[in-house]
Amino acid sequence: MRKFREPSVLPGFGITLGITLSYLSLIVLLPLSGLFVSTAGVSFAEFWATVTSPRVMSAYRISFGASFIAAFINVFFGLIVTWVLVRYKFPGKRIMDAMVDLPFALPTAVAGIALTALYAPQGWVGRYFEPLGIKIAFTPIGITIALIFIGLPFVVRTVQPVLEDMNREYEEAAVSLGATRWQTFCRVILPELTPALMTGFAMALARALGEYGSVIFIAGNMPGVSEIIPLIIITKLEQYDYTGATSIAVVMLLASFLMLFAINLLQSWSRRRRDE
Amino acid sequence: MGIQVNDISKRFNNDFVALHNVSLDIKSGELIALLGPSGSGKTTLLRIIAGLEFADSGTVILDGQELRTKNAKERNVGFVFQHYALFKHMTVFQNVAFGLSVRPKAQRPSDQEIRRKVMDLLELIHLEAYHDRYPSQLSGGQRQRVALARALAVEPKVLLLDEPFGALDAKVRKELRRWMRRLHDDIHITSIFVTHDQEEAMEVADRVVVMSNGCIEQVGTPEQVYHHPVNGFVYDFLGNYNEFDGWKDKDGAVHLAETEIVEIPEETIVQASTQTGWLGRYPEISHVVNKVVPGLLPEKIAPVIVKKKKTIRRPPDATAVKLFTRPHEIFVSKVLDGDEYVTARVTHINPASALVKLELERPGGAILQAEIPKTVVDELNIKRGDMLYIRPKATRVFE
Repeated sequence: MRKFREPSVLPGFGITLGITLSYLSLIVLLPLSGLFVSTAGVSFAEFWATVTSPRVMSAYRISFGASFIAAFINVFFGLIVTWVLVRYKFPGKRIMDAMVDLPFALPTAVAGIALTALYAPQGWVGRYFEPLGIKIAFTPIGITIALIFIGLPFVVRTVQPVLEDMNREYEEAAVSLGATRWQTFCRVILPELTPALMTGFAMALARALGEYGSVIFIAGNMPGVSEIIPLIIITKLEQYDYTGATSIAVVMLLASFLMLFAINLLQSWSRRRRDE
Repeated sequence: MGIQVNDISKRFNNDFVALHNVSLDIKSGELIALLGPSGSGKTTLLRIIAGLEFADSGTVILDGQELRTKNAKERNVGFVFQHYALFKHMTVFQNVAFGLSVRPKAQRPSDQEIRRKVMDLLELIHLEAYHDRYPSQLSGGQRQRVALARALAVEPKVLLLDEPFGALDAKVRKELRRWMRRLHDDIHITSIFVTHDQEEAMEVADRVVVMSNGCIEQVGTPEQVYHHPVNGFVYDFLGNYNEFDGWKDKDGAVHLAETEIVEIPEETIVQASTQTGWLGRYPEISHVVNKVVPGLLPEKIAPVIVKKKKTIRRPPDATAVKLFTRPHEIFVSKVLDGDEYVTARVTHINPASALVKLELERPGGAILQAEIPKTVVDELNIKRGDMLYIRPKATRVFE
């Protein structure tokens, strides 16, 4: 039988577990449960009406839709960026590597303003799309671009160490067995990277769902068209509709939790298959 | 399918010369060991033959075809890696089937055919019951066998193995190399394997290629390279040895430097005459007398052998040489018997093998290793701290 407490050379099991539990409760669980407590003040019918109103529904669609699309695009291009950073040597590589972290460090409002300036109909990039009838800023496309911007480092930074550690021998073995480059990539490299890509996807998605600062500038915030959930929550707060705000927050919390949980399950399944 | 390696040179970025004009001719069906210390270029040579690395100059000809323009995918060589490089996310079956399943549609065997072939190979490596396991569920020896089956599945022209037993523990290693030897006897595929373990090379290979510093030092059968090493490096690499200072006399014989004066026992036949008086001087008289009375006088006198000592003095201009000898070629004694010797003190005795291993320290601090039959050790009652007279029974000199 496995004992709850394994003998170990390092002492401190009791105290570290205690600190961990109380810290997590204080910092994470307490505020989140406050959310549920304040939402409990309204009746279920009222709650349901708030969280399923048409304006909120369309905001869910935009928030989840744009976040998913952004996370997918980030996984794809993030993998390419990581590949180049890990596998090739070129001048300016270190600078490029550092640049990947900029979306982490930049205040999100700065990013939002910069992106809006670029993609607005009169902006540097937006003006070339305007004649084609493509509006980027103030539409879901703009939202997605902002979310791609802030999500990229999550994918790169989770895949990078895995790719660095990946032994070249796997590729060499595949090639000596007669596989083409494409077959080697699809059947040997990609499966090795999948767990890390999934973690990167989950983190980019989670970040995108909660993103506020960089999006509100470029979104234009037209109800039903380019309004995201975090904005609706802020709007409700500004109108002193605290229970309305917390109701929507509870829905977002549950949805995010379920999604992250599902991704984690998938990931541990794909990991268990080989590391058993 | 033979392989000709002609004048291969390879230099890495940092100007490190990995291979220097290496040429090698491998006959069809041979099992060749590339033996050398790390950094000797053996793995680089193997990877160049496989097409995983490219030579700066020189050619590799496989089965009459120049390989320079072909990449690893087109060369049809099987490669086995030291750390197996099995695909972790695939089962044993999928791993072995990989080479067949990536073929273009036109050349790909049917699913049933792939299945039959893979199961045959798994039977060959005695792992048919493990076909749906993942590599992480297998032991090291089993993984390396799967890696071998995976390489064999594509029916390669040659099999290249990069330190195939390097990551395994001693017992599994021995089993696996015996198994590989038998496998090679069965399927006769031209094989080259890299190793730094001379025992492994000697036991498995038909011919051994000893390499150092990017050059081939000697190519030969295990017997040839062990007993007739062409230079000091090969001699050194193939086993433990002791080194003595020595000198060469004008006849070309070598002597230990410690002995200034050498007294060689010499058997001198002394004429019977001086021993048997005047009659011995006239054998004809005995002959005639014996015709009359047979057997009266000794007609043939047995020569008397007298042992003398021949003294050789080391001339001041004698050429100094290094003498090398293997531990089992050391003669030890507790008493002086008049021959050349050096003295040494016993510092350690390891009796845990067929030959007792002695570690001896010479007065100057140099360490000698000797392997002596247990009976001799018992007879001489050798103990730690004893002073012994040491003489190499056989020596080699490399100019």
